[in-house]
Amino acid sequence: MPIDPVLAAYSDDLYIGAVAVYVIAMFLHAFEFVGNRKPVRTKTLVATSGGDVADAPAADETPAAPTGRTRSDKCGRMGVAVTLVGLLLHVGAIVARGIATERWPLGNMYEFTSAICLAAVVCWLVVLRRSPSLRPVGAFVLSPVLILMFLGGTVLYANAAPVVPALQSYWLAIHVTTVTIASGLLMVSGVASILYLLVKAGKTGKLAAKLPGVDALDRLAYRVTVVGFPIYTFAVIAGAIWAESAWGRFWGWDPKETVAFVAWVVYAAYLHARATSGWRTTGAPWINVAGFVTIVFNLFFINMVVAGLHSYAGLS
Amino acid sequence: MSSPPTAPPEAAAPESEGRPPRQSAARRVLAFLRNTWRGLTSMRTALILLFLLALAALPGALLPQRSLNQQLVDQYFTDYPTLAPILDKGGFFDVFATPWFAAIYLLLMISLIGCLVPRNLDFARAMRSDPVATPRNLARLPHHATATLDEAPDAVLARVRTLLGGNRFRAWQRAERDEPGGARTVSAEKGRLREAGNLVFHLSLVGLLVGLALGKLFGYEGQVIVLSGGSQFCNSSILGYDSFRAGLRVDGTELAPFCVRVDDFAADYLPNGQPDSYRAQIGYQTAEDVEAGDTTRWSSYDLRVNHPLRVDGARVYLLGHGYAPRFTVTWPDGQQRTGQIQWRPVDMTTMLSEGATKFERPGVTDPAQRQNSQLAVTGLFAPTSSGGQIITSVYPDLRNPQVAVDVLRGDLGLDDGRGQSIFSVDQAQVDSGALTRVARANLLPGESLTLDDGTQVRFDDVTPWVSLQVSHDPGQETVLIFAILLLAGLGVSLAVKRRRFWVRVVPAGDGRTEVRLGGLARTDQAGYGEEFDRLRAAVLGAANESHPPPEPSDPIHRPESSGTPETGEPTGPTDRGDT
Ligand code: HEM
Repeated sequence: MPIDPVLAAYSDDLYIGAVAVYVIAMFLHAFEFVGNRKPVRTKTLVATSGGDVADAPAADETPAAPTGRTRSDKCGRMGVAVTLVGLLLHVGAIVARGIATERWPLGNMYEFTSAICLAAVVCWLVVLRRSPSLRPVGAFVLSPVLILMFLGGTVLYANAAPVVPALQSYWLAIHVTTVTIASGLLMVSGVASILYLLVKAGKTGKLAAKLPGVDALDRLAYRVTVVGFPIYTFAVIAGAIWAESAWGRFWGWDPKETVAFVAWVVYAAYLHARATSGWRTTGAPWINVAGFVTIVFNLFFINMVVAGLHSYAGLS
Repeated sequence: MSSPPTAPPEAAAPESEGRPPRQSAARRVLAFLRNTWRGLTSMRTALILLFLLALAALPGALLPQRSLNQQLVDQYFTDYPTLAPILDKGGFFDVFATPWFAAIYLLLMISLIGCLVPRNLDFARAMRSDPVATPRNLARLPHHATATLDEAPDAVLARVRTLLGGNRFRAWQRAERDEPGGARTVSAEKGRLREAGNLVFHLSLVGLLVGLALGKLFGYEGQVIVLSGGSQFCNSSILGYDSFRAGLRVDGTELAPFCVRVDDFAADYLPNGQPDSYRAQIGYQTAEDVEAGDTTRWSSYDLRVNHPLRVDGARVYLLGHGYAPRFTVTWPDGQQRTGQIQWRPVDMTTMLSEGATKFERPGVTDPAQRQNSQLAVTGLFAPTSSGGQIITSVYPDLRNPQVAVDVLRGDLGLDDGRGQSIFSVDQAQVDSGALTRVARANLLPGESLTLDDGTQVRFDDVTPWVSLQVSHDPGQETVLIFAILLLAGLGVSLAVKRRRFWVRVVPAGDGRTEVRLGGLARTDQAGYGEEFDRLRAAVLGAANESHPPPEPSDPIHRPESSGTPETGEPTGPTDRGDT
């Protein structure tokens, strides 16, 4: 399998471009917080009192100021548009790498990280389409995306290359793609829960005025997890099917499998906590955050520190 | 969740009248059991057990595990000589086989069953009964509206019926009731499928565990090395394997006796030495072929990584490969012996291999003499030799094979009853002087060396070997089926929303009608606000605007999931509150 070096180089350029554009989007979202605050205040009140913001696009249409958009509002809107541009470059980077290597572009940690970020950004834009009033959360979704993409492009970077025989299976495409999508979604959900905890503890200071209310954040976290968790469940099952044909057993408590199981149980606990009185609002967000920490731990620590069958998905 | 707090069903109550102390003891025991059971099957316990399960599994990922890699465990013992034995006592190097891990998941399963059986019964009952009666005060519900319309009650009811009808899948479950005073109510409910999904999901967990247990009891897994070029392996007994892991109820008598013959092995590598593909061309005979005594019928199969052979309920995997150099020893008297055994790779990227091929001089019967004439050819094999005095391998494929061997002569120590590695000579024999090195050379295929007594050792050529794994897991299909059910149940239960909707139609005279609506979402799903708005608009129409609801204002609907985040506790009826 020959590698197309020109295309591989394009892919790298597109990746760097995507990071740069996300940085711009991030700044625009940050300006959203420093713009004039007064008109926005009323908007936030509407958003928080309306328990159903997540469902009510109308909440955002409530004019913030009778004359039209504030500067802050404009920055926010531009932030979203620029994020979309970054997303296009990002997709380009991943597609180009796939074509350059003639394989599914999820064969090492650089590629996973990149794709998880892509999934998170797509998820975020979909959420935003359905509930525009959540827009100020954008800065907080983009921060982990940027951190991961920066690490991916530097520490984790791997040259375009083919993969070892065990990875040459269509179950690779199915398993790894779904894990990636689920991780991206659960990342957005985790961010929402972290914000929820911060806002509730009063740690967001002046920013709180522009952030959606705890109610909306809680709902965002729950609704995204409810989509991400079944995808994750499917991914784990697909992984077991792949392991059955590649390694001779469908489940062997390999470190990666073990932590995947732990993460799954933590998310099951999250859903239970949502239905247990006394846990719904106090414990549940913490469990959701713990779930995402477990996923990140599985992606990085287990791949890089603990050797296992999955370790070929590492840095080489 | 738990059964209502009624008195325990004590048949012994009348007789125990005369013996109060014993009776109360029995009662206390019963009460204790009942409370334990109730506690065990509560949602909170499930949550705690889930936490414990996650926590208990973690050391399995962070500490080396015997089942995965004994060497890493040994290494851990050397690195942490004080800590390791303590951890070992607690079973931390075999986490998934420890009683405490089993205790957690078994408790969880008991809790699950204890929690789901009553739920199941409730669910079956609910499926057959009508939606619950309309609450007296609809204004207390999270979603509600009231309006007086210029229509007759029947017209309103007809509209409600069509609204809640629809096709079979989107229709609401409905019941209409008359109330004293001339009012008529419609109770509607949908999303009962959610409960079904939830039950399927949880019961699948139990099924999954049963499947896993089947595998643990009746499964087995064996590894064997077979030379390519026509060598065979038959799954007829455990003894044929190099290593074997039997399930708890497997004694080796019930293996399916199929046979496998490895005809050819080929590996492709990229120029940098990274493997690109492995494939073994094999022939196999099913147990039926073998039993029929038909030794000529071989089916062929292309065995690859990710592409196991499935035969007679077992799977045959290509796990690894290596090289087996062949040597021929010619003694001065003209006798010849050829030896070929697998050498093991010591460097996976270049396939530099090490091993020991052992010989006994034929025709020697005197035990003392026999023990002085044994030979071992031991050293390194390079599939693509670097050349030079000290060779190493520079590429994993057979491009320029060469061996660097020592020939040892003397007593190999094969007869002392201790097993010894097939990859090396017994170092104790070397140390004691029973085995001495008599020659050292680098040999290309066809080259030979001559010992001091005139014995010739020739490196003939090399054949690849493959390591195969045979696995049998009778629980595997069960696990797969329940995994699919689990996923389906999960999907349904998380996607379906349970909603209740009530309409009360009260004649207001003059052909006018007062209509009161109420809505309740029975699960933790947002979004009923919008849907209720649509229903309201459809029933009340524009009247909605002209008659704002007189109840406490609720302009934008509160979350229907009952309870506000700030207070924490749910305040309204929930899914469990009314079962
Ligand atoms: C192996 C252990 C368990 C796992 C992995 C697990 C997992 C889950 C998951 C993922 C959900 C959310 C999906 C759904 O609604 O169907 C859920 C919901 C639920 N579980 Fe479990 N569960 C376990 C044990 C239990 C036990 C022991 C109980 C009873 C005490 C229980 C009671 C419930 C209930 C009532 C719900 C519905 C919550 C709702 O309406 O949102 N589960 N469980």
